[in-house]
Amino acid sequence: MRTGFFGNRRRRMIFCLCIMILFLLGICVWGLCLEEAAKVTDFSRKNLSPCPAYLFGTDWMGRDMLVRTVRGLSLSIFIGILSAVISAGIALFFGTISAVMGHWVDGLVNGIIDLVMGIPHILLLLLISVALGKGVFGVVTGVALTHWPSLARLIRAEVIQLKESPYIQIAGKLGKGKGYVIRKHMIPHLLPQFIVGLVLIFPHAILHEASITFLGFGLSSEQPAVGIILSESMRYLVTGEWWLAVFPGLFLVLVVVLFYVSGENLRRLLSPGTVHE
Amino acid sequence: MRIMKSWGFYAGKQLLRMLLLMGAVSMVTFFLMKASPVDPLQANVGQAALGTMSQEQVEKLRAYWGTDLPPVQQYVSWAKDFVQGEMGTSLLYRRPVESVIGEKLENSLFLLFFAWVFSGILGITLGVLAGMYRGSILDKGIKGYCILIAATPAFWLALLLLLFFGVWLKVLPIGFSVPIGMEAADVTFFDRMRHAILPILTLSFTGVSNITLHTREKMIDIMESDYMLFARARGETTWEMFWNHGFRNVLLPALTLQFASISEIFGGSVLVEQVFSYPGMGQAAVAAGLGSDLPLLMAVTMISALFVFGGNLTADLLYHIVDPRIRRSKAAL
Repeated sequence: MRTGFFGNRRRRMIFCLCIMILFLLGICVWGLCLEEAAKVTDFSRKNLSPCPAYLFGTDWMGRDMLVRTVRGLSLSIFIGILSAVISAGIALFFGTISAVMGHWVDGLVNGIIDLVMGIPHILLLLLISVALGKGVFGVVTGVALTHWPSLARLIRAEVIQLKESPYIQIAGKLGKGKGYVIRKHMIPHLLPQFIVGLVLIFPHAILHEASITFLGFGLSSEQPAVGIILSESMRYLVTGEWWLAVFPGLFLVLVVVLFYVSGENLRRLLSPGTVHE
Repeated sequence: MRIMKSWGFYAGKQLLRMLLLMGAVSMVTFFLMKASPVDPLQANVGQAALGTMSQEQVEKLRAYWGTDLPPVQQYVSWAKDFVQGEMGTSLLYRRPVESVIGEKLENSLFLLFFAWVFSGILGITLGVLAGMYRGSILDKGIKGYCILIAATPAFWLALLLLLFFGVWLKVLPIGFSVPIGMEAADVTFFDRMRHAILPILTLSFTGVSNITLHTREKMIDIMESDYMLFARARGETTWEMFWNHGFRNVLLPALTLQFASISEIFGGSVLVEQVFSYPGMGQAAVAAGLGSDLPLLMAVTMISALFVFGGNLTADLLYHIVDPRIRRSKAAL
């Protein structure tokens, strides 16, 4: 038996969660402050390999890679959050109407889900981004429009199950209004699932944003997005400038893992099945 | 007899659904491309060349490419041709799309097939190991690997492998599908394989996460079942337990999942082909997207959608054939 403050798994998890959120928030805020610094070019310090002054080295225009990476990540996180929220909203809407209305609405929503899942994500993102003329708007819309199907399916199944569950049927029989049932019985059950689903969309959203930017369909090339940094680094790999690719990518992976682990922890904390583990 | 009939009916229904979805995919793709603010004329002829042309010439070119017709009419004529096997002319390559796609598809299939098989074998093995030794260091390691690899963008892993094997060790080529400056006839299978190793490795590594975690869950369920307990009580070794009881039970769901994961592997190949300058479908898609090459992009989307739906259909039918419980419940619908 472990004792003390961290002996409790729940407390330990909440502690980890707080640290992760602080770290991610830190990157965001730091990135916001670095808007100008990320554009500074200084040819007297170009192509430096990592050293104490420039931890991530500098590129061929003498830009500090650490600053660019942090700035790029904070951009990615913002885009990720924005598109994940929109995406989760779409999922909530479609999932609920398809469960509540049933019949042809259900069929239609399922058809749309199959359609979105039928085109490989990257390809659909690429198409939407082209249709909207690239740029931030295209990326956010693209990611938002491609990531909702799995959450929508989850919500649909959940609502259908809830609708049929005894306690909600009884509440109806007892003469409680629809609004009351939704407020008191449905939302408390759905909200945790929805929040976890939302958090778990982030990592995918960030990865897809980076990917589509990497392919040249996302953010424009003046912005220090991680995808841009990595696609630029490709040209300098052969000449041995490995730090241009390794560190920004490593940080991207770190951020995505943090989001993912936070989501999983949140799921364990919120879902009744594992809450007492 | 009744079962055969219901199965045929089910397969037919799914096939029809697939055709409908393909139609929807083509419409969505077409109108997304049409909504693009990029003028295909300007993107492919070039601003300067377009500027020197007279108004008449521009109109002629527009009529030749059919971009002066209303979009719906354009779509209908495209669909008519496509059904007859005519995919139009690629604006980028100035060749019939069929020949461009045929060449790219061959390269891509080579890549995708091996990546699909390797990621399947690797994923199932890792998943079974993790599930059978749940809670051990091995299990934790495999789980950690899955989370890490799910968080790793495929193109970054490709860059790392390229850096390591191509630039530092110099043992593998850094790009393309065949040696540079070699006659097509001289290219051996070995050459092609050497050029495909890194892309295949990248795709196999990144593709395992989902199937591993799924197989692990399944294996845990199996290990907790009564028949496994009984097998253990009879004195079977762990290997015997796996081989006699576990393997068959875990294979089907894993295989199904693997068929359904074609979409992801294809998505990954778009990125990986870009890094390795591998001339496949993914690279064609990116080039077509950047150059507003509508006929080519349409064909790529349709073919990839065909693979995805085909994979899903196979997974569905596979379940249907093998698992009698599902057969019954679907027949009741």
